[in-house]
Amino acid sequence: MFDLDKWKEIWATLRSNRLRTFLTAFGVFWGILMLMAMLGFGSAIQSGSKRQMKGMATNLLFCWGQQTTEAYDGLPPGRAVRFDTDDIEILKKLPAIEWLAPRLQLGGWMNNFIVKHEAKTGTFTVMADYPELKHIIAFEYDAGRFINERDIAESRKVVVIGKAVREQLFEPDEDPIGQYIQISGVYFQVVGLTRTLRSGGQGERDANTLFVPFTTLKTAFNMGNRVGFFAMTAKPGTDGDELERQVKEALKRHHRIAPWDDLAIGSFNMFVMFGKFQTFFLVLQIVSWVVGGATLLAGVVGVSNIMLITVKERTKEIGVRKALGATPLSIVSMVMKESIVLTIIAGLLGVAAGVGLLAATEAALSAMPESPLGPPNIELSTVLTAVGILVGAGALAGIMPASHAASIKPIEALRAE
Amino acid sequence: MLRLSKVNKYYQVGTHALHVLRDVDFEVADGEFVAIMGASGSGKSTLLNILGILDDYDSGEYWLGDTIIRNLSESKGAAYRNKFIGFVFQSFNLLPFKTALENVALPLYYQGVSRRKRNQIAGQYLERVGLRDWADHLPSEMSGGQKQRVAIARALIGKPRLILADEPTGALDSETSRQIMDLLSEINRSGITVLVVTHDPEVAARTQRTIRLRDGKVVSAEDEAARVSHPNLAVAT
Repeated sequence: MFDLDKWKEIWATLRSNRLRTFLTAFGVFWGILMLMAMLGFGSAIQSGSKRQMKGMATNLLFCWGQQTTEAYDGLPPGRAVRFDTDDIEILKKLPAIEWLAPRLQLGGWMNNFIVKHEAKTGTFTVMADYPELKHIIAFEYDAGRFINERDIAESRKVVVIGKAVREQLFEPDEDPIGQYIQISGVYFQVVGLTRTLRSGGQGERDANTLFVPFTTLKTAFNMGNRVGFFAMTAKPGTDGDELERQVKEALKRHHRIAPWDDLAIGSFNMFVMFGKFQTFFLVLQIVSWVVGGATLLAGVVGVSNIMLITVKERTKEIGVRKALGATPLSIVSMVMKESIVLTIIAGLLGVAAGVGLLAATEAALSAMPESPLGPPNIELSTVLTAVGILVGAGALAGIMPASHAASIKPIEALRAE
Repeated sequence: MLRLSKVNKYYQVGTHALHVLRDVDFEVADGEFVAIMGASGSGKSTLLNILGILDDYDSGEYWLGDTIIRNLSESKGAAYRNKFIGFVFQSFNLLPFKTALENVALPLYYQGVSRRKRNQIAGQYLERVGLRDWADHLPSEMSGGQKQRVAIARALIGKPRLILADEPTGALDSETSRQIMDLLSEINRSGITVLVVTHDPEVAARTQRTIRLRDGKVVSAEDEAARVSHPNLAVAT
């Protein structure tokens, strides 16, 4: 039942010692502010890292050939492992793979090629790709498209170019689509302009890359059956480690590599990376809650302490109330309500200040899109949880003073002058 | 109205028990106006606390109406106090942050009466003690006599059958004391039993009967008269 007197009473009590009420409230305010700041900071790191990983599937696996280190099946160690088109068929049979993109870099890993358009030239990475790549690395297109199945089937001389390539080879007002560029003496028609979603070094590399159909590179540059490396994603629900194990086992069998030779095939498993990130974020979140919660607890102890003093000072008043018919329960509820109201008001102010702080941080960070910190988002549910904790904390803070108040004997109280 | 038989009360002081009330026996009929007198330490405050269900006793019986008051739970004691007894204290014991009206209404709050209703009733009781115009004043803005009137209105609002007044005039000048005693007499005439604890003979003289306490015992009026007539023992208070 809403009763104005109750609220007036609570207000009167809290107001009767403003400085003390303020200092007490400040403890709770600070606790909740710290909690929100820490959660916000954790979320900023998380969203920043996610931004770094944006444009890349999280269930991604790269595989490339290295050198054997074990003698096996009559073959000596130190043999270079070279993937070929037969491996494509072998890997396509693996049920754990969702998308498979065999890739080949013209001239080999980290080698750039001179590319010309009319009088302009530049050195860029040239990749031979299948259309499946677009499921593994996300691109946006400023114009045109990515390599398609017909390009592969007909070994068309078409090319999709990155942003940096376009800027270096074409005038800003020039439309590259349909124009021809020369890669190592062979002409290719531009069919697409990509814009990568990745950032940092990888984004830089994407911008400086030209993508040509896998089959075209093979015929135009006489690359034979070679495959440089495989990029693939796992089917949803498949374990990344399991995928890596299956892929390596199949490739080792085909290339007559000892099953225990771990160095023959190199790999990068985004799953494992991502798992590490997830664990890191989880730990970060736990630490935020623990430290923020502990700060809040200190505030709550402060509230409890001050309520206890208040109750002692109001011994006489409580005695009078009891003489007039107040039950122990009504005294308990009175003290608890004061404690909860104080905690909640201070806590909500803390939440408001926290939201303001995070909004200001977000505004400051948005000026730096490449910073490792992303926008510090806090979920509404987190805020509501914090408010719930405040109510509980207020009640907790009130228990001891309230039970002390309830145990006051009216005679002793009335005698106290 | 109320009856005490062989009530004993001890206080534990250190290792030994202090015998505060010794076989206290008396009866108060409905509608009586009675004074309880005694020197400091005679046990009269303890007696009042027991009568007011603010304290328990160790042996004997205390009947309030048809109910024996013994080993009550706190909430039951609170309910009886709220329903049967009105308290008037020497130091008024008004809540400082509440107006006169809110102070008077407080017992009804603990009866669960709605705010509007209890404030309306409290207004009537303030009228009865002549302080209608002071309803919105805080105790700090009132004189001692006015505060005691508010306290009396508060004691009356629960329609008690018994008013327990502990030195109601102890903090007031003689003129105001007289007015407060007038008010208590008037209340008594309306049918409510009034018990006044005092050490002031003038106050006791305004009542119908005096119960005297000495060293925790009820003494007869003759004994006391003999003692008072002896100059060396008189007025030890």
